[in-house]
Amino acid sequence: MSADQDGANLLEVRGLTKIFGTLTACDHVDLNIAKGEIHALLGENGAGKSTLVKMLFGSLEPNSGEIFWNGQAVRITSPGTAKKLGIGMVFQHFSLFEALTAAENIALSLDDGSPISTIAAKARALSYSYGLPLDPLSLVGDLSVGERQRIEIIRCLLQTPQLIILDEPTSVLTPQEADKLFETLERLRSEGKSILYISHRLEEVKRICDRATVLRHGKVVGHCNPRQETASSLARMMVGNEVQAVVRAPAEGIETAPVLLQIRELTRKPATPFSIPLRNINLEVRAGEVIGIAGVAGNGQGEFFESVSGEVLQQDAGSVRIRGKGAGGLTITGRRLMGAAFVPEERLGHGAAPRMKLSENLLLSRHATDGKMFVGAGGMVKGDAIYTAAQRIIKAMDVRKSAPDPEAAALSGGNLQKFIVGRELDRRPSVMVVNQPTWGVDAGAAAHIRQALIELARSGSAVLVISQDLDELFEISDAITVMHNGELSKPLPIAEATFEKIGLLMGGAEPGHAEHTLETA
Amino acid sequence: MDITVNILLTIATAATPLLIAAIGELVVERSGVLNLGVEGMMIMGAVGGFGAGYLTGSPWIGLLAAIAMGAVFSLLFAVMTLSLATNQVATGLSLTLLGLGLSGMMGTNFVGQPGERLPNLDIPGLTAIPVVGRLLFGQDPIFYISIALTAAVMWFLFKTRTGLTLRSIGDSHASAHALGIHVIRYRYLSVIFGGACAGLAGGHLSLVYTPQWVENMTAGRGWIALALVVFASWRPWRVLAGAYIFGAVWIGQLHAQAFGIPVPSQLLSSLPYLATVVVLVLISRNKRLTMMNTPASLGQPFVPDR
Repeated sequence: MSADQDGANLLEVRGLTKIFGTLTACDHVDLNIAKGEIHALLGENGAGKSTLVKMLFGSLEPNSGEIFWNGQAVRITSPGTAKKLGIGMVFQHFSLFEALTAAENIALSLDDGSPISTIAAKARALSYSYGLPLDPLSLVGDLSVGERQRIEIIRCLLQTPQLIILDEPTSVLTPQEADKLFETLERLRSEGKSILYISHRLEEVKRICDRATVLRHGKVVGHCNPRQETASSLARMMVGNEVQAVVRAPAEGIETAPVLLQIRELTRKPATPFSIPLRNINLEVRAGEVIGIAGVAGNGQGEFFESVSGEVLQQDAGSVRIRGKGAGGLTITGRRLMGAAFVPEERLGHGAAPRMKLSENLLLSRHATDGKMFVGAGGMVKGDAIYTAAQRIIKAMDVRKSAPDPEAAALSGGNLQKFIVGRELDRRPSVMVVNQPTWGVDAGAAAHIRQALIELARSGSAVLVISQDLDELFEISDAITVMHNGELSKPLPIAEATFEKIGLLMGGAEPGHAEHTLETA
Repeated sequence: MDITVNILLTIATAATPLLIAAIGELVVERSGVLNLGVEGMMIMGAVGGFGAGYLTGSPWIGLLAAIAMGAVFSLLFAVMTLSLATNQVATGLSLTLLGLGLSGMMGTNFVGQPGERLPNLDIPGLTAIPVVGRLLFGQDPIFYISIALTAAVMWFLFKTRTGLTLRSIGDSHASAHALGIHVIRYRYLSVIFGGACAGLAGGHLSLVYTPQWVENMTAGRGWIALALVVFASWRPWRVLAGAYIFGAVWIGQLHAQAFGIPVPSQLLSSLPYLATVVVLVLISRNKRLTMMNTPASLGQPFVPDR
């Protein structure tokens, strides 16, 4: 199985380097992939994994270094060249066209001129033979994220590649869908194909990968056999030091605590043809508890967040109640004045204005709620007070930055997220709603944000967290509920919740049905 | 009967330049580029076509010159927005302003000169058939080109692989680039095609519609063509319908004004715009279909990271 024994390297990379401005994204990276192996590429966000595979697929040009394919030196100048060599890629984002059908999407990446109907038939046959059923005539915009990934995989397989690169393939799948994917990958390996598997999920890497290469800050820090490592030893290689474990103190007396955030029969029509309607959502979050909303992306979480935060107003004022008062007709500012705080999913452009300083971003979100503190007589902005408050947040959240008060866009994703969460925490809100609190954030920063959310709840606030990351929800929540197709399941206390139960709910199983299926399985 | 035929013929003449310019812009926008310079490219085509026809005495050379003029002028837009990634709206607007000014300067000596007119089709035996003969076999050559062009663009966009690729670029240039499609090359060719069409539409004005050179003779037709594309939700046959509705109401209100109908002339003059908008809004009520046909990356500059 190991490449060193038979010496048949399909792909060999030596000293590959890519420099963006002052940042060295990949620094003399070496990588060997043998025929018929599943090779993991591990690393934190920003470690250079995506840059490396983009160079292998020809979307980026390396500054220096060599690539050998079957022993021959090659230059991969475009994705077309990569495809001709036999390299296929399943992308994490940005590669399907929503307004086209599945078959048209597949046709676009095939160079032969065969008619769409032939391609549709081939795609259908291949998808069923791999157990990934697909209707080639459906419109991509109507499909779930898992189904979209099937299109990507089928599209890749139709090109009969020797090497398949998968970039974070399970980040959008339910645990059951991920199992299906692993079966497919193992079957491909048995057919002699090589797979480069990019992930930061250590358990699945241990489960399916034969070898691993670990990247940190653009450099290779080690090669290993993941089956012989533990999850924590792999994490240590990725992060470089121990990650602080999140501590969740037991929540006491929640049953009798007051309900601070109540959602009652919240219903919303789809805003665009491709968006999800919200169907009769009910939820209560009490003082002192963290409730997690799990779900595959695109099942109405974004629509739900907009409705709760006041970006979209409700007809029925009682459908969103903050501290017992109807807030459905109030705007974001109105809801903030009632003691609520919101952190949206997108950091740049939604959570923060990219080209404005951190202190200015602070004023933008809090000028109404902290008017007396930040704005003086005649509407004059109190620069000193804002600067001091911004520095307080930066210190509390350990935001790493290059200047005293940099532009939001100058911060790395994780540090900006720490600032945005810290900006809301600084107000000590009694209700906090966060969408994807640690998306794209490195492990250290993520642990910090999670701990801060738990502490806020334990100090008597109600915290609602929407996340795609199940590990995160299990770490911080007192109860987990699942959003599927615009509906919310009954909250499951954390003691009763398991990955299997939540996974079934994410896949759309009935709440009662989920347990039944488990028993028979 | 003869009057009806004459009215139908004038409607076709009024609709043809709008149709050609709009079909060209439709292809450009389907590739994700918003070129607001249609008016400017059209007037350059008009002055180029008139000038070449006048100087050589051949309206056919004028026709080719009009097409070439529009294409070359659009190349300026393509270099700015595609290679230099300038703002498409600002660049398109300045292209229109530049075209209007430049054509005025180039045409100083053409003002008041008699121009060459492209002859109407005349097929012995066929053109003489009562009523349908002149409608089907007796119009100017650009009319036939416009119909063939619409059919060809429909077939190209929805039946060919290249057309599918073009539409995919308009939907998401980042995805297209990731698949190895040459986004910039496709967009260059689309913009130049759009320019050639706008030039041809301008040539129709100065070689068929009114065979003479008048400054600003496009009179806002480029803008109408742009609006048609949007209201037709980027579908060729709807552009055709829109152009002819506009032409029909335009000619109708001219006749109404001539008859002295007691309605303010300003109101009558606004009718074509109103009628076209109402009809096209009615046929594009299906929100889902409109979403599917709207190029999602329209107007966004594309800079591949390398």
